Amino acid sequence: MVLSLLTAVLLALFLLFITLPVVSLFLRISPEAFLSSLTEPVVLDALSLSFVTATVSTVIVVLFGTPLALVNARHDYRGRELVDTLTDLPIVLPPAVAGLALLMAFGRRGVIGQYLDIFGIHIGFTTIAVILAQVFVASPFYIRQARASFETVDRLYEDAARTLGASRMTVALRITIPLAWGGLVSGAILSFARALGEFGATIMFAGNFQGRTQTMPLAIYTTMQGDMNAAISLSIILVVISFAVISAVKIVTRRKY
Amino acid sequence: MKVSTPATLVAVTLMIIAGLLVAGCTTTEETPGETTLTVFTAASLTGAFTDIGKAYEAQNENVKVDFVFDGSQTLRTQIEQGANADIFVSASTKHMKALQGGGFMENSTVAPFLGNSLALIVPVDNPAGITGLADLNKPGVKIVIGTKDVPFGDYTRQMFEKMAADPAYGPAYKDAVMKNVVSEETAVSSVVPKLALGEADAAIVYKSDVSKDDLTKVTRLDIPAEYNVVATYPLGILAESPGKTEAESFIAFVRGPDGSAILTEYGFDPIAA
Amino acid sequence: MLAVHAVRELRDFVLDVTLSVRSGETLVLIGENGSGKSTVLNLISGILTPDHGEIVLGDRTLFSDEKKIGIPPESRKIGHLFQSYALFPHMTVAENIAFGLRCRKVPRPEIAFSVTNQLRAMNLVDLADVNAGRLSGGQRQRVALARALVLEPDLLLLDEPLAAVDMRAQTAMRSELRGRIKDAGIPCIVVTHNLRDALELGDRLCLIEEGKVVAEGAPGEVLAMRENGFIASFAG
Repeated sequence: MVLSLLTAVLLALFLLFITLPVVSLFLRISPEAFLSSLTEPVVLDALSLSFVTATVSTVIVVLFGTPLALVNARHDYRGRELVDTLTDLPIVLPPAVAGLALLMAFGRRGVIGQYLDIFGIHIGFTTIAVILAQVFVASPFYIRQARASFETVDRLYEDAARTLGASRMTVALRITIPLAWGGLVSGAILSFARALGEFGATIMFAGNFQGRTQTMPLAIYTTMQGDMNAAISLSIILVVISFAVISAVKIVTRRKY
Repeated sequence: MKVSTPATLVAVTLMIIAGLLVAGCTTTEETPGETTLTVFTAASLTGAFTDIGKAYEAQNENVKVDFVFDGSQTLRTQIEQGANADIFVSASTKHMKALQGGGFMENSTVAPFLGNSLALIVPVDNPAGITGLADLNKPGVKIVIGTKDVPFGDYTRQMFEKMAADPAYGPAYKDAVMKNVVSEETAVSSVVPKLALGEADAAIVYKSDVSKDDLTKVTRLDIPAEYNVVATYPLGILAESPGKTEAESFIAFVRGPDGSAILTEYGFDPIAA
Repeated sequence: MLAVHAVRELRDFVLDVTLSVRSGETLVLIGENGSGKSTVLNLISGILTPDHGEIVLGDRTLFSDEKKIGIPPESRKIGHLFQSYALFPHMTVAENIAFGLRCRKVPRPEIAFSVTNQLRAMNLVDLADVNAGRLSGGQRQRVALARALVLEPDLLLLDEPLAAVDMRAQTAMRSELRGRIKDAGIPCIVVTHNLRDALELGDRLCLIEEGKVVAEGAPGEVLAMRENGFIASFAG
């Protein structure tokens, strides 16, 4: 009895600790001010840039990550552990390291960038740099989830499909991917959310320019120096999106065949 | 064990909380007579004030100076939100005035103490061949400046306005330069690396922002006085400061010969008291 | 006619079997759990690859290490029924049956025609649009058989075909299954633990122990070998 009361108190304290700062964001701005900052160009530009870049990076992550996750879930080969570790790496790397690493690779004097420079291709300070940074930091969220979902698909279905005349490709497209669908979708949503929230690597690698590289988190950081209402409005939008994302993942993963 | 798991969990949590409380108490406990000054300092003064703090502590054994370095706007917001500090050193009069208006400052102590002018910097190998402001409007030059809300970005814009008003350059010059801006940074600290790595061709920052170490990576080009915008840095004691006497003595040190020497070394122009 | 010689190193022993089954004949494999019966089926259908040996079905060599032939499972034209039937849970009964035909790029009207015929033959018409995950054991067995037979395979491999079927329905299902196998007129291998399956479905019986064929012959002959411990308990 005493124990359950104590647990309840601890739980309540912790919930308060998480909820209070989030709620404070909503309390610091009037609905009118919120709506009017939604029409500010800096807010609109950041919103549309964030959605476009996060969508493109999620598509890239899914296109490259799905085959990789499938191969690693189904085939044992030399170096698989290493590949797994490498694909997980961005999760634990501080974004600042990711940003610096991308600069060293794709910057104008970078390992790859110096050759691109010869052809007049500059990645730094472009929207492409934003997408590269997002792909880099967001990919593990999809790949990990995808691999785990593929592993839960019973191999028997794949074997049965092969004996019924399905090629490896058909098996992947018609059997394995549909059976892992819920996990793949939730992985893609998480990856999208991570891309949307990406800040550190972007500001280092892509710079900060409204409409071109200034995504929502960068706009929050920038407007905080001047227009606090815009910063709070953007933060509220991100809170709402994050909440929606987590709920969406919960709903998708609950769905079972 | 199974039965006692929740109890163990609660006990462990409580022990951690208790431990933190004890740790918190011991760290705030001070040796008798020692006072700690908390100085909220504009990020552009990081190098200079770190040195000044060390010099001051060396002369005053019973005082410990803690610096919080951040953008002036951020520091102002933190003070408005109730952060405890003794002194605020701002990179712009705007934020100081706002705090004065809000009653956060001991108004009689607030004074400008430092001038900082803008400089044009380019990478040492200068790939775009920039020799001065006149080259900034060439197509393809990649320029980095501050956002309009940070002082060095604000002053940069003021400088371009002055140039636009001068028939020698004109409005077209300003438009062409602004078109070449590839990134607007919120802190000077992220500008120099972009030049050092060759990502950008030129940037406009405070003269003082270019450290001695940086000069191996970037070249500083002076900006003519007629276009330059000199920022004045004000400092002052907070109304809520518990150690006003100590704070006054620290400010006197900053503005005295020792402080001025360090500030000059870092590229600032101290304003005599 | 199916002729198999397959060697493969398994975890506990080396599987080394030689078998042959004529068209229209049903060979029943019996033996302890883990003796390698299901592995034999997997080697024949191509899910597993032998280390050595040769598998010939009719005039086609499906596998030969000497001739470096290894037809992939999707091209072997073998109907393989798994113990749990492995119906695709994200598809309806009709979609399950149509799966192989769609993989073979059969034109849609033909698929519809064949699937309808198969549904009718297997008494599954009412279940056509039911999700495969919702079927009973007996229904799933019929769908799995329909899914394999609609492709008109050259060989049928059945792994414990009645194990998941309700006890009361087993007798009826067994005679139905026997009819289907006879109608197909192709070689058939059945793996079972059930004496009645062995007696009613099998033309020939083959006892496998630790990956080797230890006895082979007419059901009566093999089951008479009471000195073998497995046969003694199997035949009761």
